[in-house]
Amino acid sequence: MRPDAAIGVWTLRWRRFRRHRTGMASLFILLALIAFVLAAYPLESLLHIDPDTTDLFARFDPPGPGHYLGMDEAGRDVLIRLMVGGQISLLVGLLATVIGGVIGTIIGVIAGYFGGRLDGVLMRFTDGMIALPLLPLLIVLGAVDLTKLGFSADFAHSGAAGFWRIVIIISIVDWTSIARLVRAATMQIRERDYVRAARAAGAGAPYMMATHILPNIATPVIVSFTLTVGRVILFESVLSFLGFGVVPPTPSWGNMLNNAQELVTTAPMLAVYPGLLIFVTVIAVNFLGDGLQHAFDPRSEK
Amino acid sequence: MTKFILRRCLQALLVLFVMSFVIYALIGLMPGDPLDLMIQSNPGATPEVVARLRAIYGLDQPLYLRYLHWLWDALRGDLGFSRTHSQPVLEVLIPALWTTCKLMLISFVLSVILAMVLGIVAALKPGGWIDGLISLGAFAGISVPVFWLALMMILVFAVRLHWLPASGIANVGDGSLLDHTRHLIMPVVTLALANTGGFTRFVRASMIETLRMDHIRTARAKGNGEGRVVLVHALRNALIPVVTVMALSFGTLFSGALLTETMFAQPGMGKMIYDSILSNDFNLALSGLLFATLVTLVSNLFADIAYGWLDPRISL
Repeated sequence: MRPDAAIGVWTLRWRRFRRHRTGMASLFILLALIAFVLAAYPLESLLHIDPDTTDLFARFDPPGPGHYLGMDEAGRDVLIRLMVGGQISLLVGLLATVIGGVIGTIIGVIAGYFGGRLDGVLMRFTDGMIALPLLPLLIVLGAVDLTKLGFSADFAHSGAAGFWRIVIIISIVDWTSIARLVRAATMQIRERDYVRAARAAGAGAPYMMATHILPNIATPVIVSFTLTVGRVILFESVLSFLGFGVVPPTPSWGNMLNNAQELVTTAPMLAVYPGLLIFVTVIAVNFLGDGLQHAFDPRSEK
Repeated sequence: MTKFILRRCLQALLVLFVMSFVIYALIGLMPGDPLDLMIQSNPGATPEVVARLRAIYGLDQPLYLRYLHWLWDALRGDLGFSRTHSQPVLEVLIPALWTTCKLMLISFVLSVILAMVLGIVAALKPGGWIDGLISLGAFAGISVPVFWLALMMILVFAVRLHWLPASGIANVGDGSLLDHTRHLIMPVVTLALANTGGFTRFVRASMIETLRMDHIRTARAKGNGEGRVVLVHALRNALIPVVTVMALSFGTLFSGALLTETMFAQPGMGKMIYDSILSNDFNLALSGLLFATLVTLVSNLFADIAYGWLDPRISL
């Protein structure tokens, strides 16, 4: 590239991000974690094990050939369950963030763009949600009997229902921070001259939002999405641990700790591994968010 | 100011009212209903008997009527009867509230003190190695699953080292202050550690911003010592946003308390709500959840008022 050529904003941001040590380290850790959970597929076919097969004669077997981290309390391979459980936990984290993020973005952009009374109502609603103690609320939502909502008993007790239930309840509770952020950013953009010019030229609200507002508030939203992923993974682990989230036999890092309190005395490592993976994932996600914030902020150019 | 407080109070009341209906409806969607439990213990009950019982208990009425009925009773102080405790709900609720308040207040004070010290130290030299270390610790605090932290505390201090009891509030036959304190240490420390991370980041950010302001430069130029500048001139201004954030974190604190109480078997509100949902104790679950909401709303109200009181620039 010619030295005087203008470089794109994303190149600039990538350069800034690359210099952010903890951000880069987190990126590599997260990539390694994704590789780890995806390694379940080759491992399953290579060693002929699967995460659900129990062997009551092999309960609490120590690590050995073929079972590198030993067996759990039902005689299942711990390593493969950590991998498959990780797939579930990460997927819940991503899906609930995207759904909650879309809800938050829609509410925020509508409140910020239109302002006035609509803004007042939506923001009071958001404030009300923020004020609530989330965990007890999530537990009640997790305890809801799906058959009473008209779903068939077969579906209500299936693994898919457990998975989607937790994705949906977390996303309908955790959209508030994104909504507030999007609203504040929208209100700033709304008053820019080029936006007013476009409005004066007769552009309608949907067009304005799609072409002028959303692309311009993308960076803070991306940072906020990243931080939300960490929070959602924590929520998933807590709910599954308490028995209101992903239901066994489907493993998740949270529900692998279901019997953790007894395990602490009998087989402590079984209580350590899943929690450690949650901890490492969430801390890496948070540092990644920090790095992105740094990279997206033009003022941090030094 | 009075008008502002009044408006906020009305808003909080409205939220509480809406939430009471939402929670009432959600509790109704939980598996089973009060009659199922009765039918289970009386296999001989005919469908006619069941239908009559349903009518007597009002379970055949539409949701909003049942809600209004419950609301009317609740407003007169009758929250119903707890099935598992065989006691009026209020008599179960109040001791549990006391246990939770104790746990939450001590950990809150502890984490505020820790966060102030760490946050100020980190803000003195942003980017330095001490700052990096403290930031790492703060990120760890935000990122750790509280229940797993509790588990690891039990593993290390109760199972391995035998220093502290793993659960309960006192040993049987020993109710001394020392015994109570020993039982409180792990829950309090767990909850405090989980909250210190977020607080520290707020104190640090707020301090860094304040230390860049003009009045700090003036204070230094006038010959004030660095200690006085930081602790008197900067801290006072830096605390304004921090106080709000801390008071607004009450909901999170309560969620953390629910987990620590469950993990360490402390008979508080959080554990009570969790147990009541597990055991289909509908009245207790409903009242417990509403109480938790009410307390959170009140603390947020205080946060708003404190904000206006601390920062005279904000006209309410």
